Amino acid sequence: MSAAPEATPLLEVRGLAMHFPITEGIVMSRKVGDVKAVDGVDFTINRGETLGLVGESGCGKTTTGRCILRLERPTAGQILFDGQDVSRLGRRDLVAMRRRVQVIFQDPYSSLNPRMKVGDIIGEPIRVHGIEPDAARRTARVSELLSTCGLDPKFVDRYPHEMSGGQRQRVGIARALALNPEFIVCDEAVSALDVSIQAQVVNLLEDLRERFGLTYLFIAHDLSVVRHLCQRVAVMYLGRIVEMASVDELFDNPLHPYTQALLAAVPIPDPRVEATRDFRPAMGEVPSPINPPSGCVFHPRCPMAVEGCSRTRPELRELRPGHWVACSEAR
Amino acid sequence: MPPLLEVKGLHTEFRTGAGLVRAVDGISYTVEHGETVAIVGESGSGKSVGALSILRLIPNPPGQITAGEILFDGRDLRGLPESEMREIRGRDIGMVFQEPMTSLNPVLTIGRQITEVLEQHQAADRAASEGRALELLELVGIADAARRLRQYPHQLSGGMRQRVMIAIALACNPKLIIADEPTTALDVTIQAQILELMKSLTIRLNVALIIITHNLGVVARYARRVNVMYAGRIVESGSADAIYHDPRHPYTIALLRSVPRLDQPRKARLDPVDGQPPDLTRLDGGCAFRPRCRFAIDKCAEARPPLAAIGDPGHFSACFRSAELAAARDVAA
Repeated sequence: MSAAPEATPLLEVRGLAMHFPITEGIVMSRKVGDVKAVDGVDFTINRGETLGLVGESGCGKTTTGRCILRLERPTAGQILFDGQDVSRLGRRDLVAMRRRVQVIFQDPYSSLNPRMKVGDIIGEPIRVHGIEPDAARRTARVSELLSTCGLDPKFVDRYPHEMSGGQRQRVGIARALALNPEFIVCDEAVSALDVSIQAQVVNLLEDLRERFGLTYLFIAHDLSVVRHLCQRVAVMYLGRIVEMASVDELFDNPLHPYTQALLAAVPIPDPRVEATRDFRPAMGEVPSPINPPSGCVFHPRCPMAVEGCSRTRPELRELRPGHWVACSEAR
Repeated sequence: MPPLLEVKGLHTEFRTGAGLVRAVDGISYTVEHGETVAIVGESGSGKSVGALSILRLIPNPPGQITAGEILFDGRDLRGLPESEMREIRGRDIGMVFQEPMTSLNPVLTIGRQITEVLEQHQAADRAASEGRALELLELVGIADAARRLRQYPHQLSGGMRQRVMIAIALACNPKLIIADEPTTALDVTIQAQILELMKSLTIRLNVALIIITHNLGVVARYARRVNVMYAGRIVESGSADAIYHDPRHPYTIALLRSVPRLDQPRKARLDPVDGQPPDLTRLDGGCAFRPRCRFAIDKCAEARPPLAAIGDPGHFSACFRSAELAAARDVAA
């Protein structure tokens, strides 16, 4: 990682919203509401940086990632990748962008085609994008990618079912690297792995980031992995970012009550530490994104909520340098 | 008082196309009345099969319990006819599974699924069991219980469904609940709620709990005793404090070291367990963890180390080098 000067945004997300229509009736289908999966999200990711996007299921973190990949067309907002608006790209520009932006999915079982050999899975993007039409050179490139990801090049002839979960995830990573991308969306990339394998893959992602100067959007629900891997973290709740800061600032000094509840809920693998923690779980459950609460979406579960919280939706405020919080009570 | 549950030398095998899999390969442990015991392991370690074997819920074929005793409340469950096993399941031993959506019946109301258990096991009449169902939903913290009784599983959130599973498990005042990854499918704030609920209810109702999990944090927060499984065997067993603060099996040591912790400074790199999980069809006569072990010696290839007492009473490790490990562990760290 060299060249790029500090703080050049590679990705800028502005006012992103993704509403999925809910319809009723089959023949005379009509719209009856919206699932507001993402409802006004802003963030930037600088070149070489890893931004963690955390939150519970349904908070919109995966949908945000899918909009960036143009797997969804957002309802509103802009996604600027290297200055170009992703949601307005024509076919040709989109193909060019997809060479630079790749994805690693959560489940190494369902994201690899079970009927394809590992070599074909990794070689496919190279073939599709016409980067290496020569079959022999393509094979060499696949072997190189396998060893880059810590797999024996002999695995080219294997099928996914002949491999363990950790090995499959390495294949998924090799496939993402095949086009020399600049930016990778890691959507719960280590969540499905066993504890003993998870650390191997986290280390691999870090090595690759340094070696190829990659920029990651790391979407995850496991806060301890996010803390380890990311430089900055955004916490999402019900389609909105509620807090964003550098990793140490966020974990040492969480200011949003939701972030505080999330951190308190993570059990520490040490019975002596756990015995000393005064622990009360957050109340209630995540409300429906079809009909989110008025005002601050967290107020029905919030221990700090005051009267005004149910009326006005708090905007993100910069309470400390680089530390943004969407809470009217946070100081 | 004798222990509530005593598992002795349990073996469960599966005949698969790839060969014989000894999913559970001679495990022994006890659970006292009212005690919470954790069984920790990764996928394929045999932790779930071991628990399902207690309830005889192993599909046969391909699975079969081939040896061992399961003494529950003074009776050997292996010798019981199926009709008596049916009475024990759900009445004396409750079960909570990982995925509440697939373990609840989608076409029956929540209320019916609870009353069914009561009518089956306690010959309760409709009115009495409906009253009890309401009481149970309130016990597990479901608001608006009367309305929820008439709803179907798809109308409930994941956390709420898992509360219903717990209500069903508790319906007949069991002595033991087996919870297999009860919170793995849930979000972290909901996981915390469900675990707190299970903890307070097991204490209040004096129910013993076997909690099967891969999450070392969950174990640290909730269990008193811990069995660590690897490749079908218990490799280390002891109090939660001993397991976390004086681990004596290389697998336990490596596992604890590999997880990032929120309460400690960030490390430059994680310290993973090397290698791949074992292929259970290809185990040899040696220690199954040997290929990934930093402390392996020649002897480890010759025989599988037995679970042997070390140090504190009640602390066991299946490693030839357990005694030296305390020193070696700290040097390696």
